[in-house]
Amino acid sequence: MNTKINVTINGFQLEVENGKTILEAANEAGINIPTLCYHKDLCIAGNCRVCMVEVSGQKRLAAACATPCEEEMEIQTNSLKVRNSRKHIIELLLSEHNADCTKCYKNGNCELQELASEYKIMTQDFLRLAPMKNYTIDQFSPSIIKDDSKCIRCQRCVRTCAELQGVNALTVAYKGDEMKIATFFEKAMNDVVCTNCGQCINHCPTGALVERNYIEEVWDAIADPNKHVVVQTAPAVRVGLGEALGMDIGSRVTGKMVTALKRLGFSSVLDTDFTADLTIIEEGTELLNRLRKTLQDKDTNVRLPLATSCSPAWIKYIEHQYPELLDNLSTCKSPQQMFGALAKTYYAKARKIDPDKIVSVSIMPCTAKKFEANRPEMHDSGYRDVDYVLTTRELAIMIRQAGIEFQKLPDNKFDRLMGESTGAGVIFGATGGVMEAALRTAYELVTGREVPFDNLNITPVRGVDGIREASIKIEKPLKEWAFLDGVELKCAVAHGLVNAKTVMDAVKNGTSSYHFIEIMACPGGCLGGGGQPIPTSPEIRQKRMEAIYAEDGAMPLRKSHENPEVLKIYQDFLGEPLGPKSHHLLHTKYIPRERF
Amino acid sequence: MTPIHDLIKKLANEHGRNRRNLLPILQGVVEQEKYLSEHSMIEIARELNLSAADVYGTATFYSFLEHQKMGTYIIRVCKTITCSMKGKNQILLTIQDMLKVGLGETTSDGKFSLLQTNCLGWCHKAPAMLINNEVYTELTPESVREILSQYLKK
Amino acid sequence: MVASSYQLKRADFIFKNDNDWERILDKTLKRPPQELINELMSSELKGRGGAGFPTGLKWKLTAEDPSDEKFVICNADEGEPGTFKDREILSKVPYKVLMAMAVCGYVIGSSKGYIYLRGEYKFLVPELNKAIQEFEYYCKEVGHDFSIQIFLGSGAYICGEETALFESMEGKRGEPRNKPPYPTSNGYLGKATVVNNVETLAHTFTIFKYGAKKFYDLGVQYSRGSKLFSVSGDTPKPGIYELELGMSLQDFVHEFGDGDTKAVQVGGASGFLVPRKRFDKTTIGYRGKLTGISLPTGGSMMLYNSSRSMYNVLDNYLEFFREESCGQCTPCRVGCQQLHSGIKAVKRGEKPAQYLDKLLKLTETMQLTAKCGLGQSVANSFSSIVENFREEMIY
Repeated sequence: MNTKINVTINGFQLEVENGKTILEAANEAGINIPTLCYHKDLCIAGNCRVCMVEVSGQKRLAAACATPCEEEMEIQTNSLKVRNSRKHIIELLLSEHNADCTKCYKNGNCELQELASEYKIMTQDFLRLAPMKNYTIDQFSPSIIKDDSKCIRCQRCVRTCAELQGVNALTVAYKGDEMKIATFFEKAMNDVVCTNCGQCINHCPTGALVERNYIEEVWDAIADPNKHVVVQTAPAVRVGLGEALGMDIGSRVTGKMVTALKRLGFSSVLDTDFTADLTIIEEGTELLNRLRKTLQDKDTNVRLPLATSCSPAWIKYIEHQYPELLDNLSTCKSPQQMFGALAKTYYAKARKIDPDKIVSVSIMPCTAKKFEANRPEMHDSGYRDVDYVLTTRELAIMIRQAGIEFQKLPDNKFDRLMGESTGAGVIFGATGGVMEAALRTAYELVTGREVPFDNLNITPVRGVDGIREASIKIEKPLKEWAFLDGVELKCAVAHGLVNAKTVMDAVKNGTSSYHFIEIMACPGGCLGGGGQPIPTSPEIRQKRMEAIYAEDGAMPLRKSHENPEVLKIYQDFLGEPLGPKSHHLLHTKYIPRERF
Repeated sequence: MTPIHDLIKKLANEHGRNRRNLLPILQGVVEQEKYLSEHSMIEIARELNLSAADVYGTATFYSFLEHQKMGTYIIRVCKTITCSMKGKNQILLTIQDMLKVGLGETTSDGKFSLLQTNCLGWCHKAPAMLINNEVYTELTPESVREILSQYLKK
Repeated sequence: MVASSYQLKRADFIFKNDNDWERILDKTLKRPPQELINELMSSELKGRGGAGFPTGLKWKLTAEDPSDEKFVICNADEGEPGTFKDREILSKVPYKVLMAMAVCGYVIGSSKGYIYLRGEYKFLVPELNKAIQEFEYYCKEVGHDFSIQIFLGSGAYICGEETALFESMEGKRGEPRNKPPYPTSNGYLGKATVVNNVETLAHTFTIFKYGAKKFYDLGVQYSRGSKLFSVSGDTPKPGIYELELGMSLQDFVHEFGDGDTKAVQVGGASGFLVPRKRFDKTTIGYRGKLTGISLPTGGSMMLYNSSRSMYNVLDNYLEFFREESCGQCTPCRVGCQQLHSGIKAVKRGEKPAQYLDKLLKLTETMQLTAKCGLGQSVANSFSSIVENFREEMIY
């Protein structure tokens, strides 16, 4: 229904679409109403009660986020009653909260702190309840720290875990004064089905959920003259870092980021996009092999569809939820881990550096990468392949600590050897990107021709729909791939684990006919990752996505198999895709985990 | 006693496997086991295709769905206003003294657990308590001793 | 205390053993639904759980909703401290409630009824189920399609709040929902649902049997009919009494007090405490009277005599709310803790007496902003106790 109704907000008459909430109407009218439990990505909870407004004729105040506008409604968002109540609510939240802000990781980026500042809560009249509580801190996870004393029980994390991710690792437990956000039997996050995706961190208004940071460890390594610290940067970081440092959302800062990393003192600034390109070669080959075995050799032991394996939260998700489908996963390591394994082998050898002295750092839009780097099997170089994983946010903190005026930095290029990349590597940062990159390469490999899309932009796999399907018909393949002639390659792309669930259920039930599926754990793909700047929203992710595709469009090379460094590494070091050396360094195995 | 796994299957068959059948199933397990163990909750989650955390979150909301091991007989003494003013504490002390058990604890033989609870709805016959599903009202230290000695013989 | 010339008007409908429910049911189901709604509306029956929503209107709104499926729910989650009448109804005259549910189903277009019975009353289940079986058997005999199922709670006061009750029945934590939408269009499983208190349903039996006028003639303007009162505390005759609405509290105390009544808590822990000096100015009924204070109630009447400390009483209520709040909304979750810890701090002298004023202001905020009736009504007992017995709160 598109009918309009008339409301009055603070004396201003306004026409709004029927069904809009008071909060939405106020925003349209340019009136700010503070919120805490409200988040654009999530369903309405209406539990924090800071968005209360006065509606004429009603005895009680109404929660603006949860109350639909009605014809002729007269709303006051700033009456004395509203302001006093709002102040009370903030005071109450603070009384239950460990408000030791100077010692909080989220100091300066906390919605509660902002509200307290806005309303100038200068005194603590109410009793401090926080010290009377048995608050616990869970820091067993390599990715996420959960501190109950900072929690305001808005349930944004719980809704995130359920609605966006379908993981339900977090829940609301107990009632009354004991009500809290908990895992199953209050186990450590590391011991439950949590995928470490970090979306709860991105959606937490306070410091209750934060990434485990490794900033000091990295500073120590940089300062150690005996260490050679290499750093790799994931595709999505270059469209998020600027935002974290005060620039416009969706700013592309690749060159500045490289300069900043050099100034921070990293020995060599390299690019995860290089191993993204490498992933395409390995994974593309794996896909074609599986297709050959299935379609030509009629080998029933080979599993299709092939599912991408770049997203470590997705990996942990499937290990818990669909252990029976692990064989569908590509055996390729993620670009981060390929990079790590090569840094202490190929790179070390070429640069004649003792791998023991190499400290491998990665900058990721992701918190699950911290967990991934910590997986015991990720030691194929003979060392821990990736030593420290920093999120985009942590890098921004380091840049600020170093006193670098980021916006004024000149551009710089990545160092050579594992620094070269193509547009195909860049789009790994957006949902659908791996699929698009793989198709650009696989299609050309099979047919000798470029994918039949304008300017290589495979638009059907792009966008923000939770699940997208595409098919591409293979015609006139090269002789070697004759068995693919006329085959319609069916692909699916899903982002947000709740959508992955839909796709995987179809795979499990045998109702899907896909050959290849790309799954990214986070909404929007890595650009909306759990390690990206806070806040996040559909609009913010849209802008980052535009930046990713702009970055791709601006690259001179846009197909992974044209990356000269990739060609070189096969020639000099790896031999051939899926060869023994690749197999050893670039591929991995998965572990079935408990579903509950 | 039915093994937990079979009990949960049976309950799910009886009540259904929708989320809305969760409470009756939790109650069914508590009826037999007196509490919900980690294992029970996991099995229930599996049976209803819910996350274990959701089952835990729901169970902990309800005062009667204990998730710590309880005794065969759970004594719940009402602590709300009328019972409280009509001598609830004397009743508690009598029980603690007689069973050698603290509030919130279970006797070492695993027979009795002693808890307090909010209004049982017997204010006109205060003080009141529940032993499992059985109500006892107008309690005096003497009547409590008598009641408990019956249970001790069981 | 001045002896009142007024006599409490006792009534005897609810527990009267009307063994002709089959006949009444047949008769009622032959009447057009609209007529039954009109009958209820003209009786002016209001919800007996405490909120006082007009029952006829509730049925009417639900009847008009286009939901493809509808439900009738009998709210037997009687958890308000000092209330115990619903249990008595369900154990003595369950058929009246069952019949009323079936009639409601007929009126609104529902064939499924539930009784949400609090876990504390589990012992009622076998007898109640027997009554249900008998009732359903009869319904089948006469070709009326209506079934009733007991849904057992598990110890959560808040589940008496109707939207929390839905959540609970849906297998979730009993957290109240945002309103609107209201149950009459979005109730259990998102379908239009009538939730009526046990006693309310029993009164509709009276109305359908004896006609609206009989009911309407009881009580006073705006507060029609009789009501069950659960009487407890410092009284020589605790128990359940059916009285006409509109009585003065003075008369009530005259009848039920022990001669030394200091205050009466009307409406349970979420109701109001009335001190002795206001007994004669207080009537028991719904809003609308021109003079004096009129207190609606779910029927809980707790009497306190001079030996009782009102501090202890408030302490007990606040502990109750602190524990029984669902905990989701800030004003209720944190507010209850602040009030409870706050009066303790004042009593211990850790906070000055003026801190009570800050807490009174806080209860105003809770009243204005809490998501549901629980958090909103904590203010009632808090302010009425602190304002009337301030000296007892202070060190």
